[in-house]
Amino acid sequence: MRQRDNPYVIMLRRLFQHRSAQLGMFLLAVLIICAVFAEQIAPYDPIVPLKVGKRREAPCIHLLGCPADKPEHLMGIDGNSRDLFSRIIFGARLSLQIGISTVTFAIIIGGLLGAVAGFIGGWLDDLIMRTLDVLMAFPSLLLAIAIVAVLGPGLINALLAIAIIEIPIFARVVRASVLSVKELDYVMASRAQGASEFRVLFTRIMPNALTPLIVQGTLGIASAILSAAALSFLGLGAEFPTPEWGLMLGEERNSVFNAPFLVFFPGFAIMVTVLSFNLIGDGLRDVLDPRLVHGG
Amino acid sequence: MIQFLVRRLFLVLPVLVGILLVTFIITRLVPGDPCYVMLGERATEASCNEFKSRFGLDKSIPEQFVRYVINIAQGDFGNSLKDRRPITTVIGERLPMTIELTILAMIFSSTFGILLGVFSALNRNSIVDTLTMLGANIGVSMPVFWLGLLLAYLFALVLKGTPFQLPPSGRLSAGMSLIPLTKVWGITDATGIKAFLLAFMSNSAILNGLLTGNYALTLDALKHLILPAVAVGTISLSVIARMTRSALLEVLGQDYIRTARAKGLRYSMVIRKHALRNALIPIVTIIGIQTGGLLSGAVLTETIFSLPGVGSRMVEAILGRDYPVVQGFSVVIALIFVFSNLIVDASYAYLDPRVRVK
Repeated sequence: MRQRDNPYVIMLRRLFQHRSAQLGMFLLAVLIICAVFAEQIAPYDPIVPLKVGKRREAPCIHLLGCPADKPEHLMGIDGNSRDLFSRIIFGARLSLQIGISTVTFAIIIGGLLGAVAGFIGGWLDDLIMRTLDVLMAFPSLLLAIAIVAVLGPGLINALLAIAIIEIPIFARVVRASVLSVKELDYVMASRAQGASEFRVLFTRIMPNALTPLIVQGTLGIASAILSAAALSFLGLGAEFPTPEWGLMLGEERNSVFNAPFLVFFPGFAIMVTVLSFNLIGDGLRDVLDPRLVHGG
Repeated sequence: MIQFLVRRLFLVLPVLVGILLVTFIITRLVPGDPCYVMLGERATEASCNEFKSRFGLDKSIPEQFVRYVINIAQGDFGNSLKDRRPITTVIGERLPMTIELTILAMIFSSTFGILLGVFSALNRNSIVDTLTMLGANIGVSMPVFWLGLLLAYLFALVLKGTPFQLPPSGRLSAGMSLIPLTKVWGITDATGIKAFLLAFMSNSAILNGLLTGNYALTLDALKHLILPAVAVGTISLSVIARMTRSALLEVLGQDYIRTARAKGLRYSMVIRKHALRNALIPIVTIIGIQTGGLLSGAVLTETIFSLPGVGSRMVEAILGRDYPVVQGFSVVIALIFVFSNLIVDASYAYLDPRVRVK
């Protein structure tokens, strides 16, 4: 096969030509750089309080006319005398970790459940899917809140709760792809050649679930980051002094009228991160859905 | 149609049992002996045994579950640990506000969502379309609580003194109060469901004002709910706008639209009677799915705008380990969610005759 006919290369090229995906990838690239080089980019420690500077002091940017003898704080100083900009930068690392880890967990568990349900069928299928239906009968964030209520507040428990609420989506996606191909001739052919059920499932059937999983996974990261921020905001997730954006917003929500920048920047960071994944997810959906290739 | 609804109602039953099972399991999973959680560290062996037999905790797990279901069917959700009040009373106080907020948010999001979606679809690939869709993308990416705080800042501080100033917190302005309907109407003998409904309507400020002719109250309550409703509804608005756009674009590509145009029907007529009606099914679905999101959003927004709703009480209950409240509220919210989905299904049957026949 020639290089340019490789479907993955074609897909990637289309993705890079997709306008909203371009914007999403650009934003994500910035975030990844912030996350990887947080120590180098952040001018101050995200946790240790500053020695000079008042609490909740407004941003001081030298380029915008802040006196040069004052230390520069691009986003101001928070209620515990810490440089907000440094905390936002370190927050990028945490948020990306949160999004990716919860979705990976949900994909593995949800994918296995969906694959088993679709492949084996019968009562097992009913049992798995009806159980997941019940999970979906709760508004997702409220279910996460209820799970945290049982497990106790804390970042790890919050992540577990978010992963659990995302499981049904991935299970459904995988089950649907498994069902759509499991009776096709090439699967039968593989069986006839004596391939084990395990081999049939993982090498013949599961690759078909990859495309919808990539799209759903990208969008899932966006919603996971949003839910984690919400839980932290409510005081059920990350705990003081973690530089988590939702927590930062929650800590400063009462100072919105006298120090609005302390509320604005963390929320803006959450929005940009979620937006980047949403844009990439939309782009991927357009690129990977053959029905939309010529229309969209 | 009726047959369809009855069949659909029966399908809800297993989900209901599942919901009860999940909430039952969740409260049983709570770490620690329920006796010590409820009675505190100073509970003795004897008082524990007494407590367990009083609440049926000495019975087998299936027996406990049956008892739990029977209690809920009779409207008994138990008592709050914090103030020992029946949870039904707490629900009667807190739920009306959350429902008002959710309904207002839904009206806001579906009205503007459908309008923007239609506008975008009709002006496809124009600059307006691109901007609307980028706006919709930003809308789904915004944390509800952040938007709420920004709106409060904008409308309560920046626009202070202008006609656009809106209150940033609370349910009613100072000096306004809710008078129970039982007092207004002189009802003294209400019990059971009647008492619950009266309390429920009394605590719905908008409804209370309308029923008692106190329109100033209704208006004040509405004013306090505008910002929260916009904050809660923005995500849904964006989702609905996107869905409307793509559903309408798909329908507009169909042959019968060309036929309708070819027979000389006015364009506005084609859009309204032929295109929009057929595009409505996915739109209604997405509006139904959004109910859950709106309820979740209400929880987050209530804490920002200091509104006394289900959400703020639930967070309080979780942090205070008041499990009966968490359990009771979860059941009620899940029920609302399930029944709103039922209404969505029923509306399919109304919108699409094919669903009825199937």
